[in-house]
Amino acid sequence: MVSAVKRLAAGLLAVAGAAAVGWGGAAEAQTSVKIGYAISRTGPAAGGAAVTTIPNYELWVKEVNAAGGLKLGDKRVPIEVVQYDDRSSAEEAAKALERLITQDKVDFILPPWGTGLNLAVGPILNKAGYPHIASTAVTDRAPELAKRWPNSFWLLGTSADAAKTLVELLTKLRTEGKIGDTVAMASIADGFGIDLSGAARPALTAAKFKLAYDKTYPVGTQDLSPIINEVKALNPDVFIAFSYPPDTIAITEQSRISGFNPKVFYTGVGTAFPLFKQKFGANAEGVMGIGGWSGDSPVIKDYLARHKASAANGAEPDRWASAVTYAGLQMLQQAIERVGKVDRAAVIKDLQTGTFDTVIGKVKLENNMPTKYWWVGQWQDGEFYGIGPSGNEGARAPVVPKPAWKAQ
Amino acid sequence: MSRAQIMTGAICLAAVVALAFVPMIVDAYHLALAISLLQFTVLATAWGMFSGPTRYVSLATTAFFGVGAYTVAVLGEQLPWSLVLFIAAVIGAIMAVIVGLSTLRLSGVHFVIFTFGLAELVRQIVVWYEVNKTRVLGRYVFVDITQNDIYWQLLALAVIVFGTGWLIARSRFGFALQIIGEDETVARHCGINVTIAKVALFTISATFMTLVGAVMAPRFTYIEPSIAFNATISFEVVIMALLGGAHRLWGPALGAIPLTLLFDFLSARFPSTSTLIMGVVFLLIVYALPSGVVGLWEKLKAWRPSASKMRGAQA
Repeated sequence: MVSAVKRLAAGLLAVAGAAAVGWGGAAEAQTSVKIGYAISRTGPAAGGAAVTTIPNYELWVKEVNAAGGLKLGDKRVPIEVVQYDDRSSAEEAAKALERLITQDKVDFILPPWGTGLNLAVGPILNKAGYPHIASTAVTDRAPELAKRWPNSFWLLGTSADAAKTLVELLTKLRTEGKIGDTVAMASIADGFGIDLSGAARPALTAAKFKLAYDKTYPVGTQDLSPIINEVKALNPDVFIAFSYPPDTIAITEQSRISGFNPKVFYTGVGTAFPLFKQKFGANAEGVMGIGGWSGDSPVIKDYLARHKASAANGAEPDRWASAVTYAGLQMLQQAIERVGKVDRAAVIKDLQTGTFDTVIGKVKLENNMPTKYWWVGQWQDGEFYGIGPSGNEGARAPVVPKPAWKAQ
Repeated sequence: MSRAQIMTGAICLAAVVALAFVPMIVDAYHLALAISLLQFTVLATAWGMFSGPTRYVSLATTAFFGVGAYTVAVLGEQLPWSLVLFIAAVIGAIMAVIVGLSTLRLSGVHFVIFTFGLAELVRQIVVWYEVNKTRVLGRYVFVDITQNDIYWQLLALAVIVFGTGWLIARSRFGFALQIIGEDETVARHCGINVTIAKVALFTISATFMTLVGAVMAPRFTYIEPSIAFNATISFEVVIMALLGGAHRLWGPALGAIPLTLLFDFLSARFPSTSTLIMGVVFLLIVYALPSGVVGLWEKLKAWRPSASKMRGAQA
């Protein structure tokens, strides 16, 4: 009973509050551009957000404000940041974004980290008419989502594409006589592993590879040595692990210990992380993984240096979604500056049709998605270079067979 | 019915009608907040409905919530909405009966651990099925349910959960539960079938939790096991019910409402330290209010009986 009265009172207060805020905000001139975001600072998504997303948001805001701000018409307007912790929860992310839109009245919103959270906030950003540049979401439904929400941009592509590129690369290596046709595949029983193995399985069969091993392991598996030992006994030419960061590290470590060294050794998310290089040093050499970038490009080298200078403890960006995230911010900035005012509909239109100069090269979206991605990378001389698709500008030739593990 | 009761009923009805108009007048953020408030009110009340009389601490809230959400993810695009909700309720109820029959013989900490494990078990079964059978993990919920619809459905659920609780308290069943809560052995000697009573209550409570999960699912757009079976929900619900006081029907709501508002305030004002502050709040609740707001209220009433009598005499 008391609760009902309380709720009624809360509702009435809310109405009064909303009305007051509505009155106050109307006559203000544009002295800053308010940019809001809700990011996972706690919970299971915090690790990914801390490596890939937060340092780039901070770097970008710092750089734009150091230059005087975003250029709106003939004056520069500094960025003001409003940010929340979504605690890795879809519900919390949705609520935080609604708060950013209706309470803080931010001009633009930067996306959360990860596939699930980007999908959870999609309908809210669409309804409110904010551009949604999803730079850390890999989903096979990206083309469909882009149609459903024309304000959404899916910069990281589809997992089907990722698997297809990997199989193309393997087919090419086989034609060159560098590898045979036995493949062993292990995947994590979670969104990423299931999507990728689901796409790779038919692609491998269609390319007439022999799938000698095809199993999944649960999230949080600590001991991966049984998998490595079983796979080693099968002596495959190619080992593919569609893994998450902790198991990417564990699988690589276990393979090194048991001396399992196939001609192609490919691991999933985390291979492109700076942590991987720190942990394995010279032993990273020749390991392939998802992602990659044009490590020789001067723009990327410059970005790497700026990121290191800006991030806490001089952290390096990862070699996959970090650069894409930063490129997404550059695209947003260029679109806003071309429009010259806070006109979200016009900015969305510009993102759909314009050409952008970014750290990952010139980007022109088609159906709200880029036309070029890096899908396969390889550690070569201490840098994670993109090697597939081989037609991409700056693609390096793969080093196959992978060099032997060195004693540590 | 006494005059006071009629008055109370009329006020309740007026409040529900007033609350039904909330989506028309508030903005998206306050609607989101209202949805959170209703969600936790229903969950905590349903939790207290079972745990109040029986004194079992259940951490299975998220297991039922997740099953409801997953039912919508699987069937939402194929069947009419009301049928989806009905199927979700049935699945939740069947699961509760099975779980209830097999575990309500456990007592104390064994039950707590079992219910915590149950959420993980259900989650792993879903993962296993999706990995090996459907080969997709992560489903999309694209149904024509607006935020307003979610709010109204939750409001209806809240009315039903309070109505059910009120009816139970006035029935023979409710009386039996009260005796079980006081002393299970005595209840057995009185000829009460303790197991059936407990399982029935557990099932009613779990069905409400399942329905909340089903109603909330369209808000997520994308569902995967880690989102649907989020253990945090179980703990939040327990702490809300304990703050309010689980031994009264309206107690858990007294915890759910201030805590939801507090969480929201903390995440808005202290985005980077909100989780830390929440932890401290939990500790304070357990130490300072062991029997909840309701307990404190009752203690205050008992403490000043003469004062209230005096006021009565003056009037």
